[in-house]
Amino acid sequence: MPESSNMITMTQALNLAIDEAMAEDDGVFCLGEDVSDKQGGGVFKVTAGLSEKYGEHRIRATPISETAIVGAAVGAALAGQRPICEIMLMNFVGVCMDQIVNHAAKLRYMSGGQTPCPMVLRTTTGVGVGFGGQHSDMLEAWFAHVAGIHVVTPSNAADARGLMRAAIDANDPVIFIENILCYGLQSEDPGPGYRVPLGKAAIAKEGSDISLITYGRTVLDALEVAGELDKEGISVEVVDLRTIAPYDEETVLASVNKTGRAITLHEAVRDFGTGAEIAANIQEKCWDKLKGPVRRIGGTFAAVPFATHLEQAWIPQKSDLVDQIKASVGKA
Amino acid sequence: MAEIDRDKLLDVYTRTMKVNRTDEKFRALLMEGKVAVMYYCVRGQELVSAAAMAALDDDDYVVCTYRGQGEQTAKGIPLEKWWGECLGKETGTCKGKGGTMHITDPDTGIMVTTGVVGSGLPIANGLAMASQNNGDGKVTLVSFGDGAANIGGFHEAMNMAQLYKLPVVFLCQNNRYGEHTKYADHTDSPNIAARADGYGMKSLHVDGNDVNAVYPAMQEAVDHARAGKGPVLVEAMCYRMMGHFFGSDFSYMPKEHLEEMAAEDPLPKLRKVMLERQFTEEELDAIVDKIDAEIDAAVEHALAADLPSTDEIYKDVLEEVS
Repeated sequence: MPESSNMITMTQALNLAIDEAMAEDDGVFCLGEDVSDKQGGGVFKVTAGLSEKYGEHRIRATPISETAIVGAAVGAALAGQRPICEIMLMNFVGVCMDQIVNHAAKLRYMSGGQTPCPMVLRTTTGVGVGFGGQHSDMLEAWFAHVAGIHVVTPSNAADARGLMRAAIDANDPVIFIENILCYGLQSEDPGPGYRVPLGKAAIAKEGSDISLITYGRTVLDALEVAGELDKEGISVEVVDLRTIAPYDEETVLASVNKTGRAITLHEAVRDFGTGAEIAANIQEKCWDKLKGPVRRIGGTFAAVPFATHLEQAWIPQKSDLVDQIKASVGKA
Repeated sequence: MAEIDRDKLLDVYTRTMKVNRTDEKFRALLMEGKVAVMYYCVRGQELVSAAAMAALDDDDYVVCTYRGQGEQTAKGIPLEKWWGECLGKETGTCKGKGGTMHITDPDTGIMVTTGVVGSGLPIANGLAMASQNNGDGKVTLVSFGDGAANIGGFHEAMNMAQLYKLPVVFLCQNNRYGEHTKYADHTDSPNIAARADGYGMKSLHVDGNDVNAVYPAMQEAVDHARAGKGPVLVEAMCYRMMGHFFGSDFSYMPKEHLEEMAAEDPLPKLRKVMLERQFTEEELDAIVDKIDAEIDAAVEHALAADLPSTDEIYKDVLEEVS
């Protein structure tokens, strides 16, 4: 429970954002597996209380049919509604990629702008919960590679509230990734109507020696490490992308131009990850200011293993982050 | 069964001939080398599309496939825009960015033309869900072939539509081939319509070459869906009288099959019905002449139209937010 009445968890933040959007616009509705109060209001309770408030037509509990769920969201969006569909766990997007990639993402473009697809696809995932290889992956790079989709993930409860409202407002598909380990994070409630614009990164911590570009749960690791290194005289700037794609290039490049060093960090596997794209872009555009190579840190290039110690070893390590920062700034 | 109203019969005939003459014109242009684009012929399936579109209201939604010329022109997309799109011109429905496989025209209810077999059914559910949510009374019709009945999305969509009693009509145009594979080589069950039973859904299995069978069935299905009684699966038996796409080899179609198709050709059969219903040869020919003139004008317009600006490749990716 929150520590005071002004504090909300990420779960509450998401619920509040969806609730107020549904109250304001009859065209906003949710569909997904187990989302109604009859089934407990979603596996992580994000939609709890909403079917009782708005009825089963606006909180539609669906069969286990990911293609039908996303397809229905696409169709309803084309008809002018603002569906919020839920794919319970991110790995299940493998079942419905055709609807996301060939349809949701492309229908605005292929129709010459006639049929935008304003929908939110909520999904949850995260390494460190013991769910094993088919329930843990961060797959944001799959979607970042496709034109026509926004990919968003919050690292704190306040941003979750603001990003969800912005995602529902958006006139294009938004993949909204919620990290299981972040649901309990608390923030001061930014209040009704709060929005965090899509495509705008946040400087989570200012610094001058190196830019650490990250998003989602690893923002917490980045802030922890940055706090420790402050004591050693290394000033780390933490950039929380918030929107992974299309990302806030201006903020990222400005940060790197200031610090002259950069590391990308994400929970998803390092190889061919979003960090590689961002790193390549930094090398091209900040070359004159760079004092060394841009480094990348990410998950291990393997399926997420089950045994706790293996899973923990799979995750990007804070000790590795410290080592790479020190190597970058020449204090290894 | 009651006779089809005479005006409605004429409407179905007119739409059928519009589809057929468009198909003939397209193949002629391709043969002459005036156009070189992908085109999926609809010869043999004109009546099914026309009957289905004639059973819908103007503002009802349609989702179709790359072999969707029949639905598109019979629903009423302005021919200049339709040809413009097929020729990749800026005057096209989609400014030349969709093409023959992705014709979209919300003004006439053509919401999606998908190039992926079976992907239209789940989307049709969503359009119908919107209508159910906002009470606009629209019906959504999604057209697909027998090949689509074997992809997962078909089954997911059928179950979901019945669960929510969505106002959607699933029209399976069983043209006996899934791409280049004949029905018996991709499906062992005797028909597709019976699959509806597995979902508790109403179904109709009809001769798509007989206007007196296919039009009443389409009307019954649309009325059922609009009345809030739930979805209907209609399987209209027809023939794809040519290859999968224009120019593709269809020597794999056996001679007996070609003979069977010719005997069942919906166009002579429809003309016979029209004459029986006291329409004259002259009236029927005049309708075709008028359609031909409209098509010729539309083709000329499209051929003369400008190509889209190269800047278009960057536009419509996402909404431009200032």
